[in-house]
Amino acid sequence: MSRPESRGTGSTFLGMPARPPRVPYGDGNLRGEEAFPRAAAGELRNEQLRRNLGRATGTIRGKRLAVTGELPDWEELRDAGAALKTDALNRLPELLEELERKVTERGGTVHWARDGAEANAIVTRLVKAAGSDEVIKVKSMATQEIGLNEHLEDAGITPWETDLAELIVQLGHDRPSHILVPAIHRNRDEIREIFLKEIPGVDPSLDSVPAHLAAAARAYLREKFMTTRVAVSGANFGIAETGTLGVVESEGNGRMCLTLPETLITVMGIEKVLPRHQDLEVFLQLLPRSSTGERMNPYTSLWTGVTEGDGPQDFHLVLLDNGRTAALADAVGRQALNCIRCSACLNVCPVYERVGGHAYGSTYPGPIGAVLTPQLAGMHAADDDPNSSLPYASTLCGACYDACPVKIDIPSLLVELRHQKTEESGRSAERLAMRAAAAVMGRPRLWTAAQRTARLGRALAGRDGTIGRLPAPFSGWSDTRDTPAPPKHTFRDWFASDEGAAALRDAAREGERRRAERRTSGDDQEDQ
Amino acid sequence: MTSGTTGGSGARDTVLGRVRDALALAPPRETAVPRAYRTGRRLPDDERLALFTDRLTDYRATVLTCTADGTAAAVARALADRGARRIGVPAGLDRSWLADWDGEVREDSSDVPPRDLESLDGVVTASAAGCAETGTVFLDASPDQGRRALSLVPDLHVCVVDLSAVEAGVPEALARVVPGRPTTLISGPSATSDIELERVEGVHGPRTLVVVVRTDM
Repeated sequence: MSRPESRGTGSTFLGMPARPPRVPYGDGNLRGEEAFPRAAAGELRNEQLRRNLGRATGTIRGKRLAVTGELPDWEELRDAGAALKTDALNRLPELLEELERKVTERGGTVHWARDGAEANAIVTRLVKAAGSDEVIKVKSMATQEIGLNEHLEDAGITPWETDLAELIVQLGHDRPSHILVPAIHRNRDEIREIFLKEIPGVDPSLDSVPAHLAAAARAYLREKFMTTRVAVSGANFGIAETGTLGVVESEGNGRMCLTLPETLITVMGIEKVLPRHQDLEVFLQLLPRSSTGERMNPYTSLWTGVTEGDGPQDFHLVLLDNGRTAALADAVGRQALNCIRCSACLNVCPVYERVGGHAYGSTYPGPIGAVLTPQLAGMHAADDDPNSSLPYASTLCGACYDACPVKIDIPSLLVELRHQKTEESGRSAERLAMRAAAAVMGRPRLWTAAQRTARLGRALAGRDGTIGRLPAPFSGWSDTRDTPAPPKHTFRDWFASDEGAAALRDAAREGERRRAERRTSGDDQEDQ
Repeated sequence: MTSGTTGGSGARDTVLGRVRDALALAPPRETAVPRAYRTGRRLPDDERLALFTDRLTDYRATVLTCTADGTAAAVARALADRGARRIGVPAGLDRSWLADWDGEVREDSSDVPPRDLESLDGVVTASAAGCAETGTVFLDASPDQGRRALSLVPDLHVCVVDLSAVEAGVPEALARVVPGRPTTLISGPSATSDIELERVEGVHGPRTLVVVVRTDM
């Protein structure tokens, strides 16, 4: 984890299990350009972004609470969802093989990809084999993660995003900033500007009414749906028992892509497998209510291999590892793989709400991204890796844990990753400082002396009693928070002083007075 | 390796090997799946109908109720009210449902290019099941429901549901679906909330959904 890993073979010798490799450094979209604090500082200055985000997350929080509150068995559903995902991960080898067998039996073709580069190459080859130089795409986190669009473009294939928000992002030459509503950072006026500039032949009098903007997207994409011969999708679920794949959506663009083309290529992370068809009864209740705050999303498509006379007659499933097995090898961290990509944790996170998704640098923003991204792609100490900063992008308030429909303990995972980061960062300044502090705290006389010396720190403080910037090596701390000025006296000084002695006498007298009061007013009254 | 698997057995063996290695490095605790959530619920007809209607209406679908004998009149009204002139139907649709309809009817087949479906004003299908609590209609591509494209491309979908096939909750409704069939769950018309989370009906799927519930079936 401490240095970029080469593409591992994963083969084992003499039964010794090898640690699975993380995503090769620099591959795909699992790492930002700069560390979270710096990226966040930039985003925080964008008032428009904060307004858009504040409104959007506030709305969705309210809706989610209303519809989850409708179900008297919500907690039981969460318990079942968490256990089902955990059980599926525990039995991953057999379930993946079963899924492969069932999909194949039903006329589909299964491909395996060790990493994003391999998945991209498989998809590219399949598109070319189908004789197409364009694909229509259903919104998919997995293909975002591996940078499929960029790869296809390099290979001369045009990818058309068909989810409205993904279309806005693509036309705006922008990056998604939310798992569920990727264009959450844009408001209607910005979207109108993008459409006027980027959609060929769009009505120049187009206004910014959402219904009119959606209609413009509908008209623009209709032709693509009717003429493009290859579609690429992700999958919300893959059912081992039956070989059934599922996509949950709202707009119908998913249904268009999944049924109209001749060839369908689905890229699915290996953690998306569920044992049984019946298990859908849990996730079809948890997912829509947690993500959009709806009782059910408008459209869910379930398909199994190829069905004659209905839908694509050529179906390919690409099973993607890309660091998932590395996460699975971590007894604590693996629960991040339970994520069903509902984005409830983003919408309740006080940090996400203020800085938005771009600050996280990864396809997976927000609390779940802060634990999933470092596990998939690693935290590299060597070159000030932005991913090393992600476990610190949290107040540990725990709202994400409460909101998670599959009970991923994100705060504990963040703490665990911070621990791993500290363990592996070697002789960092932070570590040396902590070691020195431990030594001093262990010796009372040194501790008193150190506290007295710390009073000198008051000289650094401004009028508000806080210290804005500390010199290195403490600047890492002070860059992201103000440090309160040390008190005038240490507690030990105060305790030994006349002032301290007087305060203690007063407190003792007050206690005596209250006890006397209680005795006179009848002794069953509790002291409030 | 199965015959349908490509991409080299190398990748397959490697990924499966990694999964096994990961589980060996951090052996998981066995997990029992608690299923204490509600299943097998039964609600009286009137309560199921009221709930189903409420939830569908909340998602801006239109609900018409009728008796089995009144199906043709209800379907004709649903189509006429929306100015439909030319409709598509799956080959297995009960044609008596169209007895009161005087517009043009085109029977769908897999030979019809999807583009031709665009010239239809609407489509009439049956359904496999319904879920009252979520306002969801289930289609499973049976002959009376047709291929998935048919109920997707035209802008109006009139869907006939028997109340006897409407279950209270998701587990009960899902149990009616035959696994392995192409299945579409529809809850209201196509919608997006991608622009400032303001719900807009009709992006790519039908902008209008009319559910005709036959209450004596």
